[in-house]
Amino acid sequence: MTGREIIRAFLIYFCAAAILVWSAGPFIWQFSTSLQLDRALTDPTPSFWPSPATLDHYANVFFVKKFQLYVLNSIIVAGLTTALCLAIGAFAAFSLSRLEVKGRFGVLAVVLSVSMFPQIAIVGPLYLLASDMGLLDTYAGLVITYLALGLPLVTWVLFGYFDTLPREIDEAARMDGVGPIGLLIRIILPMSLPGFVTTGLLAFIAAWNEFMFALAFTSTIQHQTIPVGIANFTNLYYVPWGDIAAASVVVTVPLILLVLFFQRHIIEGLTQGAVKE
Amino acid sequence: MAFSDSAVGSQEGVGWRSLDFAPWLLLLPLLLSLGAVSVYPIINGIWLSLTNTSLVTQEDAFVGFANYGALWHDEAFWNAWRHTMLFMAVSTALETVLGLAMALVLFEPFLGRSLVRAAMLVPWAMPTVVTSKMFGWLFDGQHGLINYLLRESGLIEGNINWYGSVDHALNTIIIADVWKTAPFMALLLLAGLQTIPRSLTEAAHMDGASAWRIFWHVRLPLLLPTLLIAGMFRALDAFRIFDLVYVLTGGGPADSTETLSTLSYKVLFSTLQFGYGSALSSAMFLTEAVIALCFGVFIVRQLRRQG
Repeated sequence: MTGREIIRAFLIYFCAAAILVWSAGPFIWQFSTSLQLDRALTDPTPSFWPSPATLDHYANVFFVKKFQLYVLNSIIVAGLTTALCLAIGAFAAFSLSRLEVKGRFGVLAVVLSVSMFPQIAIVGPLYLLASDMGLLDTYAGLVITYLALGLPLVTWVLFGYFDTLPREIDEAARMDGVGPIGLLIRIILPMSLPGFVTTGLLAFIAAWNEFMFALAFTSTIQHQTIPVGIANFTNLYYVPWGDIAAASVVVTVPLILLVLFFQRHIIEGLTQGAVKE
Repeated sequence: MAFSDSAVGSQEGVGWRSLDFAPWLLLLPLLLSLGAVSVYPIINGIWLSLTNTSLVTQEDAFVGFANYGALWHDEAFWNAWRHTMLFMAVSTALETVLGLAMALVLFEPFLGRSLVRAAMLVPWAMPTVVTSKMFGWLFDGQHGLINYLLRESGLIEGNINWYGSVDHALNTIIIADVWKTAPFMALLLLAGLQTIPRSLTEAAHMDGASAWRIFWHVRLPLLLPTLLIAGMFRALDAFRIFDLVYVLTGGGPADSTETLSTLSYKVLFSTLQFGYGSALSSAMFLTEAVIALCFGVFIVRQLRRQG
């Protein structure tokens, strides 16, 4: 290696390390915080390695703050939202991609522009509507809302996937006497499984993380989701940073595992929406 | 089973084209959902903005453009407007530049590249509320790690009261937003970089062009469409910022971080003035539409000029 190449390699590794610290550093510090005693957290010299390590904050989060109730609410709301988004989005994307819809690009353009509406502009009227229908502080109110927020992206990405599948399979299916629904469920769906995984994950993460509608529409721990629970995590006299860190770890680690496990699909799905054999 | 098989067969024998209503039937759930939860509320919101609806006084009379007139003279509105525009411009610019720099690093082959790329999804996947709390702890005025690191490295003398002071609160929010979004921006731009044919950069290299000139004259022009579109979506998103501000500062101290979204939310759900609050959020909707339109025209023009 010449001197120039060594400097170049050094620079690249230095920048890569900086990106790694940037992306993961804050969360690692949050993890370390969650295992430290309150006494260590207010020490003038912070310690990076928790000693002695403690699980007090995790105990507080679950036994005192009943955090498992928020987690359960979030799992129910995000799970239902994802399932419905995928079902409705798949029907719509299939119809737009495979059946004869006049003005399909008009429909797609409307769906995209609807997704750009600022959410603050619909939260007020939607609150009044939900109030009239008795849907405030219910799972249904949140699921119906998140469904509409997630559908544009799900429909678009699934449409992108479906449209890359060759038209010949439609002909073949028709020859074999398979109907449109059979074509969707038995042939297109298995062929575009990566697309379903990606879009399902995106819809799940969006519903799991959503804050403003959950804050406005729910008022009791029976239906409040995790973000609302964490936002309300304050004690009367001091901010419980250790407890907050423990709760952050509990809700973020499953997401990180999911994302790392499916990361190839996510990056591919978001950027090209194409299936590779 | 023979009977049901033949029944299915005869139905299918007619061919799919006879099912003219089927495509729209399959689209119906999507259209119903978007109509009820997005389109109807937007229209209803514009109507509410022309009334004095309030859940406190129980009024809902038509008042014309009175709310918009009041908005024009409302110092709180212009205060939030300035913060929102400043936040949108600064955070979008920083995220695009930083994201581009990260993407260029990731484009080079090096050991452990997939690990770095995976780590970059962490800020994106984390709930924004968690990000807010995390930055609340990192930038805590007394025991925050950032103050400690800056003190130890001799960059500051005493602790900075980051999000608790009028001077630094908005900057702290911008830092948190850049942290969360720049890596994701980098992954989008990286995908754009990978579509540029290698033969182009190799040819430029053969001709003796420096790395800087290759970037400036080959990669950047070819990346421009991706850059502009990603920038537009980022700007529209930044314009609506709510979670970070609401959880980290609540719009304070002394309204120094109030944005249009947090102000609208407070008018709607704290004072329960749905008429005035709807005027605020409808004004935001219109502003965002104008921004999107300007961006769209600008992008189309740029792409046309490139040919």
